[in-house]
Amino acid sequence: MTGTASPAEAADRVVGAVLSGLQHGSDQGIVVDSPPGAGKSTLVVRVAGELAAAGEPAILIAQTNEQVDDLINRLAATGAHRQIGRLSAVDYVPSPRVAQHQVVTVGTRVRDLDGSTVIVGTAAKWATVPEGTWPWAIVDEGYQMRSDALLRVANRFQRALFVGDPGQLDPFSTVESERWVGLTWDPMQSAMAVVLRHNPGLPLHRLPVSWRLPASAVPAVARAFYPFTGFRSGTGSTARRIALEAQRSAARSAHDMARSALDNVARSALDDAVELAASRGWALYELPARHTVRTDPEAIAACAALATRLLDRRAVAYSESAPSGRPVSPDRIAIGVAHRDQAAAIRALLPPSAAAVTVDTANRLQGREYDVTIVLHPLSGRRDATAFHLETGRLCVLASRHRHACIVVARAGIQELLDAHPGNTAVHLNVPVTFPDGWEANHAMLAHLERYRVIAG
Amino acid sequence: MSTLVALARALAFVQGVAQPITMVRHIHCAERPMVFIPLALAGEANAPLAAMVGDDPDRPRLLVVPQPRNRDLRFAFAAELASILVPHFERFQTVTEVAAPDRTGQARWRSTDAPQVVVANPAAAGFVRLFGRSTRFRRADGPYAVDARVPVLGQWLTFFAERAEYPGSSLLVTLTDALAMHWATGQSALEDTHLPALLAWIEPPEGRDGATAAMLAEDPGIWPPAGPATDPDFDNRVLAPAIEAYAAATTPDAGTLAECQASGALRDAVASQLEPTWRLMWRAIALLRALPPGVRVADRWAADRDAYTEFAARLEGSGLPQPRRDGAVAAARRLHRLERALAAFTVQRAYDDPLIMAEYRLTGEAFVATVLEADRLRIDTSGRRRTLRPRVTVTTTDPAKPEVGSTWISPARPAQRARAVEVVVARGAETTVVLELSGGMGRALTPLPGSVPDAGERLCYTSLADQYVPPGDFPAPEETPWTHGGPPAPASLDAVEGQAAVASRRGDDLPRDDLPRDDLPRDDPAGEEWS
Amino acid sequence: MQSASRIRGSARPCAQNARTIAALTSNPGCDRRAVLDTAGVDKQRLADHIGYPARFGQSQFAIVRGNAFEAQLKADQCAALLRLLIEQKIVPPGQHARHVDCSAVGQTESQDDRLARTAGLLGEVFKGGDSWGVPGQRPALLLDHPLLAMTIAGRTVYLEPDLILIGPDARVHVVEVKSFAVIDGQAAPSKVAAAAIQAAVYVMATCAAVTEAGFDAGAVADEIVLVCPRDFANQPTATLIDVRKQLAVLRRQFARMARIEMLLAALPDDLTFDLSIDESGVARRPPVEVVAALECVPARYIPECLAVCELAGFCRSRSRARGQTAVLGRDVCERLGGIEEVETVLGLASGTLSPSPDQTETAAVLRLAEQLRSQSLVLAGDPTAASSGLGLSALGLSA
Ligand code: SF4
Repeated sequence: MTGTASPAEAADRVVGAVLSGLQHGSDQGIVVDSPPGAGKSTLVVRVAGELAAAGEPAILIAQTNEQVDDLINRLAATGAHRQIGRLSAVDYVPSPRVAQHQVVTVGTRVRDLDGSTVIVGTAAKWATVPEGTWPWAIVDEGYQMRSDALLRVANRFQRALFVGDPGQLDPFSTVESERWVGLTWDPMQSAMAVVLRHNPGLPLHRLPVSWRLPASAVPAVARAFYPFTGFRSGTGSTARRIALEAQRSAARSAHDMARSALDNVARSALDDAVELAASRGWALYELPARHTVRTDPEAIAACAALATRLLDRRAVAYSESAPSGRPVSPDRIAIGVAHRDQAAAIRALLPPSAAAVTVDTANRLQGREYDVTIVLHPLSGRRDATAFHLETGRLCVLASRHRHACIVVARAGIQELLDAHPGNTAVHLNVPVTFPDGWEANHAMLAHLERYRVIAG
Repeated sequence: MSTLVALARALAFVQGVAQPITMVRHIHCAERPMVFIPLALAGEANAPLAAMVGDDPDRPRLLVVPQPRNRDLRFAFAAELASILVPHFERFQTVTEVAAPDRTGQARWRSTDAPQVVVANPAAAGFVRLFGRSTRFRRADGPYAVDARVPVLGQWLTFFAERAEYPGSSLLVTLTDALAMHWATGQSALEDTHLPALLAWIEPPEGRDGATAAMLAEDPGIWPPAGPATDPDFDNRVLAPAIEAYAAATTPDAGTLAECQASGALRDAVASQLEPTWRLMWRAIALLRALPPGVRVADRWAADRDAYTEFAARLEGSGLPQPRRDGAVAAARRLHRLERALAAFTVQRAYDDPLIMAEYRLTGEAFVATVLEADRLRIDTSGRRRTLRPRVTVTTTDPAKPEVGSTWISPARPAQRARAVEVVVARGAETTVVLELSGGMGRALTPLPGSVPDAGERLCYTSLADQYVPPGDFPAPEETPWTHGGPPAPASLDAVEGQAAVASRRGDDLPRDDLPRDDLPRDDPAGEEWS
Repeated sequence: MQSASRIRGSARPCAQNARTIAALTSNPGCDRRAVLDTAGVDKQRLADHIGYPARFGQSQFAIVRGNAFEAQLKADQCAALLRLLIEQKIVPPGQHARHVDCSAVGQTESQDDRLARTAGLLGEVFKGGDSWGVPGQRPALLLDHPLLAMTIAGRTVYLEPDLILIGPDARVHVVEVKSFAVIDGQAAPSKVAAAAIQAAVYVMATCAAVTEAGFDAGAVADEIVLVCPRDFANQPTATLIDVRKQLAVLRRQFARMARIEMLLAALPDDLTFDLSIDESGVARRPPVEVVAALECVPARYIPECLAVCELAGFCRSRSRARGQTAVLGRDVCERLGGIEEVETVLGLASGTLSPSPDQTETAAVLRLAEQLRSQSLVLAGDPTAASSGLGLSALGLSA
């Protein structure tokens, strides 16, 4: 009965099933779906350790160099590996978090990494390895990987564990072609999709608990983006809270005064939004309805101002990992947007004290975690919704990066925009429908945010 | 859609005439393009009704299927079309030149020219694809035997249709796309797919603005649609009675006067729908020809000629038709090639055309700058070897704000990298950048004359790099991994074994996935009835 | 629905069908269309009358072929169709079927009678009545053109699906027959989309009918069976289409229909689209009056209207006359920063218009775009500029 098990027990049970499948099962592959922050990397590291212990060398295929370095850092920390190979391109310069570990060997060819109990590389790098077959591969972020990338590396392993978050952004191609739609091996789909379509019988596990998202976030995120599977929060409703140590009035610091661009942003509404988010985990900071350019100056300013305000109010986050509180420093805050130019515009507005705040697009924020996120709604100020802006994964990534609170900045009128959006214009035969639909997920999320609305002055 | 093109559309709207959005032509214009206007029968799956075809504007050939539901007549049409097109397609093979060797160092030849097929709109290009699909699996023997040239035509048409997916290819030119690539109209992209309306915007008649001219051009009573779909009104009022009259006049002993008359009337009716489009298409071709070609158009045409040479050889070799759909490996390979072609085309267009480059200047991916000073002879002594690393200081008012360490390339000196080593963003609109140059200056420690920009020179730098990226490696089809369904059934591998061997021997990235692999193409569709 | 009939005028209401309902989703932001459709105005006729005839004519070749295809499927107690349904595992192998013709009996049968007939049949089936056979030996029922009704925005709309399949297990599938071809497993995506949304309307209506009969609408499958000719032959092929997304879209749009009441209420009291058609069938009302009436209801023209709405010709010319960027397409509008008038765009771009505070950003981009564009054009055409190094030579064109 998962209903009565504690989150930790429920999660352990799934991990246990995965490990036993690995040791005793005979399936060629095992698939693990993981909602945001459900311990995907922990599982990967654990599995790599178990395989090493069993004397079965494994390869680990991640999607970006950043991810590879993160994983290596964590693998090395376990002490379970005699040698960790980092398969790299010629021009790779080891990042400090890789270089610090003696146990890591960097090489451009597999041959340089002999004796490794696990070899880690990006899918692109693995695709250049012409031979060799390992008994096991762990494919990380299988929903971000494109099917053709998997095709190029799949002969390097006999069996594989695929892990990924189905709510993330789908991979894409610059080429627009309908040539392959409906084919089970359509190269434009995700690696996960292609594996499941050809091997529908593979065991599919779901990590049931998000350790990242606070209890306030889970119901909304689960309903909007994981409607059929759902997941729960690892922490109770009281486990995470944010205290604002500075008073509303007291918060006019020197740099605050200097920012003329932000001065026309009504301060009391900012405070309301920050306070609401601090106490309830969400806030919708709503600007008046208007069609704007992508880099909507007011919305951009609001994002920057909210981040600064949060710092000025000296937010402190209390959680199970920091029961006596930890300041929400700039590096614990992220501002998420849909487009690069928006990120650049926001960065340009941040005062030096907030320079360490991460400002990035949804694509780049995938897999990352912060205490507080400020999200510029992808549909804010738009005249029309496009497939890009409606993509489920985009909003899901943006709304699921936070441990404590999420503040969404949007212009009013998104609901109407969605309602006026022409329905599906193209349907392809023999292509499995994916859920949730971006249009519906957006509606669901908006309905949720309605309750946390702060109208900007 | 870039902001510059959007702005050009707004301009066209107000001025009532289409506006140029390029300075040069980005497609190849053949000396004698083969113009092809197919018409299809409404309600049927790509059933041919008629076609006008030819490479001489003054001598169009008219092909008509007098009873489009009659299978034999349809194949007679296909045979006649094949008798025109196939010899034309084959003609270009005879004269060849030596091309750069492939990746394995094998010598290569390519035809010095290649055939070019020109169609009016995307739907006509779709017709080419489907007509290729419906004919390439036919056989010249057995129960549904057709003229031997029909399946050959089918393979050629399939080749053209597949090659058209390559960004920057000019073997099959869709005129509405080609025109819209060079002119912005004051209507939407959707309406631009209507050739008469698009041309009305580009060349509105005296005294009319583009919008009015385009609206008139949309009236099928004034301008017949450019096909393949016919005007339903024409179908009901003219075509159906003409077909009926023909059917009534046809008697077992063919060639009666009544039959000739009926067939003449039908041909006239159909010709009336095709001729205006024929003239428009040659007009459109003339417009494109009048533009100066971009420098790199010839390179892409050479790639087209490679593809043509390759395919012609294959047709002479095994002659197996292209599979109905790509297998797992073929699909991944093709996507890879399409992506590379697109990346190259994107860069080449910008390099060839200041107006396209302007789009990148707007987004900060390129800037035009003036050289303030140039340290031509600067030597870097920090490494083990002394190396020539001139530095130039440039200043720009463009919005680009290069980051220190970023690499830039000037299309005027594509072999040279310029690394930003110092960037000063002034309060005003001006940005000053110190660029350190490497490459493209010869081997000595003094640069070749003209290889380093001089003070006072205005030049463009961009982050777009026209770089050769080696093609990726893919497993052989028979090694398709379990994640993608495993190897295709052995029977289908047998059928294409020869082809796969040829492909792996060649080892380059020419269009080898046009080879059939995972499909036993010959049997079932050959029996497909076609009516 | 007082206002609706006044708006329509004396003409008989133009019957809504699945296609017109599905069209609600193609430009749901347009009030003009919503009002006209709800009032049952004959838009085709209206468009003709004001001089913008819609070109949605059908070729007789297409009609003949469509009918022949449908007849072929239904021949012989739907033998061909049954084979496909078995192939798709919707009915078990070896199953026999009964073709139940639900189309109108003669000329006289009223819609209500037909409705009752279909409802009675459904009731019978779900009760497991003996007329359907004893369990285990029940045939699959193929209801041919049953009549269903649904209430949308307070009006009853009659709907007539091609076929409804009731399996021996009392599972209900909507079957949609279309004459476009499925070639190598694929068909024109826009046509499939149109078929899917129409079929979704039928699914909703079928659910309503089942519920009405007192049974659980869960029996109605949310995937439909699309039957089309395969490849280049006349052989049929069936494909299952999951229409859950379409159902969600429709549900939401229906829920929004309440807004139309408000729209209607806000219109001038004397507004009507009556064409004053006389006994001989000629419309007598001056077109300018009709145009004026149309102008009272705001539209939201987008180029996509051309493919779906009879009024597109008119709305396009109005939108053009107003100089709206919308006529240039949605992607262009987006690039122009959502500015609605072309004149404003060009004014901001050329600097002759000073931007309002919320336009500053857009104006800066447009201004720069304009400068870059004219700079490139002027320099290329100007030999002195070219020799100064900018323009073509700067980009390596002289090479
Ligand atoms: S054509 Fe006119 S009435 Fe029809 S949907 Fe478009 S804007 Fe609305």
